[in-house]
Amino acid sequence: MPKFWIPFTVTYIHFLLLLLDTSSALTPSPIPPPPSTTHGNYSLRLFSVDYHHVQAPFEIVLWIMLASLAKLGFHWSGRIPAVVPESCLLIMVGLLVGGVIYGVRHTAPPVLSAEAFFLYLLPPIVLDAGYFLPGRLFFENLGTILWYAVLGTLWNVLGIGLSLYGLCQLGDWGLKEVSLLHFLLFGSLIAAVDPVAVLSVFEEIHVNEQLHILVFGESLLNDAVTVVLYKLFESFLRMSSVSGVDVLTGVCQFVLVGLGGLFVGLFFGLLAALTTRFTARAQVIAPLFIFLYSYLSYLTSEMLQFSGIMAIVTCAVTMKQYVEANVSEKSNTTIKYFLKMWSSVSETLIFIFLGVSTIQDVHMWSWPFICSTLFLCLLWRTLGVLLLTAVVNKLRRNAVTFRDQFIIAYGGLRGAICFSLVFLTNELPKKNLFITTTIVVILFTVFVQGMTIKPLVELLDVKKKKRVLPTVSEEIHCRLLDHLLSGIEDVVGYWGQHYWKDKFEQFNTKYLKRFLIREDKQPKSSIVRLYQELERREQMGEDDEGRKERSPAIEENQTQSRPLLPEEMDSIRRILSTNLRNFNNKHITAYSRHTLHQDFTLDASRKSRLRRHQSLGERHSSTQTHVSQVQVLTTPSLHS
Amino acid sequence: MPECKCCSKVYFKMVKCVLLEQLQHFVNQLTHSVASAHLVRLYDRYQALDKDNKGYLCPQDFGAIKELAMNPICDRIIGAFFTSGQEILDFPSFVRILAHFRPVDKNRPKEPNSPDPINSRSNKLKFAFQLYDQDKDGKISRHELLQVLRSMLEKQVTEEQLESIADRTIQEADLDRDDAISFEEFRKSLDKVNIDHKMSIRFLR
Repeated sequence: MPKFWIPFTVTYIHFLLLLLDTSSALTPSPIPPPPSTTHGNYSLRLFSVDYHHVQAPFEIVLWIMLASLAKLGFHWSGRIPAVVPESCLLIMVGLLVGGVIYGVRHTAPPVLSAEAFFLYLLPPIVLDAGYFLPGRLFFENLGTILWYAVLGTLWNVLGIGLSLYGLCQLGDWGLKEVSLLHFLLFGSLIAAVDPVAVLSVFEEIHVNEQLHILVFGESLLNDAVTVVLYKLFESFLRMSSVSGVDVLTGVCQFVLVGLGGLFVGLFFGLLAALTTRFTARAQVIAPLFIFLYSYLSYLTSEMLQFSGIMAIVTCAVTMKQYVEANVSEKSNTTIKYFLKMWSSVSETLIFIFLGVSTIQDVHMWSWPFICSTLFLCLLWRTLGVLLLTAVVNKLRRNAVTFRDQFIIAYGGLRGAICFSLVFLTNELPKKNLFITTTIVVILFTVFVQGMTIKPLVELLDVKKKKRVLPTVSEEIHCRLLDHLLSGIEDVVGYWGQHYWKDKFEQFNTKYLKRFLIREDKQPKSSIVRLYQELERREQMGEDDEGRKERSPAIEENQTQSRPLLPEEMDSIRRILSTNLRNFNNKHITAYSRHTLHQDFTLDASRKSRLRRHQSLGERHSSTQTHVSQVQVLTTPSLHS
Repeated sequence: MPECKCCSKVYFKMVKCVLLEQLQHFVNQLTHSVASAHLVRLYDRYQALDKDNKGYLCPQDFGAIKELAMNPICDRIIGAFFTSGQEILDFPSFVRILAHFRPVDKNRPKEPNSPDPINSRSNKLKFAFQLYDQDKDGKISRHELLQVLRSMLEKQVTEEQLESIADRTIQEADLDRDDAISFEEFRKSLDKVNIDHKMSIRFLR
């Protein structure tokens, strides 16, 4: 019990430090006078503090430290994270810090600047999301995702904007001077589902992958629509009159933004893949290229006024398979770890700043407006999802059930993107009211919807995600079925999904892989990779029991000569075991962050290992040698 | 059978109308409803594949499909159409095989005494099982599994790795420890996979 409080006390100590430092920044500290101007008045000091010298990086580090300690504290506290999602807790900490700063200094605390958010905080999160995106599932559902992202967002924006305008005209809320365009602008920034919020909440509720990818993919791809609509309405507001041509330009702009982001991402992704081909002699900096190229793609896309999120996601998806093949295992691990770490820090900072920025002087409260905005957001989202799903279910093989639809509608969380956009705009009259409304909507969706979605998922018995890797049999049989279906489609003359997938695979193998992957790295089929992955994980399960004790055993085994072509089952078993030891040697570092996509639970791997060893022991009496070998190798760990 | 091409087209059109009505009834028995529009399309495709206008299909016609020839398991797929070593595939049999790939009709009420429709999950799985089990002994032996693996993985793997993978596959599925996978074991190993989703073509709904 005492341990639980330590991180919190440390956190609070850091708060106070922050306050002290920032408050001392306000009062001018004695600057030592430059030596050239005075002679004689200058006395030598034994010990002096020069805060201005380090002020900027010091404060940044303190904020990041605060965020990380807060996160650490939650995970120590046991029961709370099960009920309240992390994002809510972080916002609450932010609120607390903001309140304290306000109370001490009587001025508004620092606000999350839109520039810092869009340029520094958002890219790592989106890059992490794109790198770990389940590619196959995403492309299988791409049509539905685009359907929701494009049409759904348009529906929401127009619906919210028009209905708010109508209500304000009818109601007596003092907002009559706000024009329709202003409301449409507001609608465009509040209607968009936020990937950061969705990620952080859905990560904890573990719904089935299809549902997850639908909501998450939608939140990523609707950025293009949001960007275009936001900029469009802003420019309309600056222009004196809007003609039909301008609207048409807007539509073309949308296509340009989306496709432009896509191509920028593709370009940088392929470039990154090509560069990693040559990193064999400088393996240590290989991960750096990944981050640099991805960030470059984001910045280039933002510079060209395209959708930065689409660029960075496309870049990550494109380069992943080539990079993984080209780069050493350690570099792969580094890339994954760094991505997870940066995205984690970013996310934490975003939520804390959301909390801090809520404490403002500039709030303007208006009950009817805020409540109606909230209500309309929910209403239009629900209607939109229902209508769109009704249409799209006719074209899908796997219908989206009512339960899934409810989760999609309910999981439309708003987050920091809306917040930054509302701060960024200069065109809205009564900006304070809109800021307040945005904050309320964000807090409502994150707190209320975020907290209740988990019990609702359990209540509605939504299909949960499978927590284990597919077995090798499943992988092989599914591969066979894919080939079969592709063949049948060829017979029938139907260009279905499998046809395009096949065509892409052929193109990939013939041209892209030969160009982008190092010659000595053989591209391995997914069946082989899965098999190696499964065996490796089983070995890692053994590893964690007694790595040090094991190493002499490994070295013993390695001195055995490589076996010849197997003739009988027992020699095959011996080969299996030596091959497994080889894999073991390569993959020593285990990464076990719970948020990694390949959800590795130690229990599952240990159970399967035990099963395998048991079955090996029982099946063949002739494999006594192998069983004894296994026993020899496991006894060192037992002695620990 | 008429000799010149234009006459044979007219002939086939006449035959088509008669044939389609009979076929409708036949296919309805198999799958409890197929839109006649689909049948017409299938028949057009059947005719397009039959390059010499023989009135039936032979394995060479299938081999002539370019994309199919690049499929690693194309021989097995062709073999699945020409069951029991025949060299002639008429239209009803063609449709019968393809009917396996209709999506499962969830709304149809289940009649207790009628046999499973041809596109039921278990019949789909039986079809897939046949692709492995070439000697039709009801089991997938290690040798058969290796052959399939070899054709699917081709040059990417060493013989050793292939063997290990085959071993692991059998070990995962084989419950009665006879070193082969029976249909029941096959079905059980694919329990968690959504077969209806994987083995359906929307074309045939």
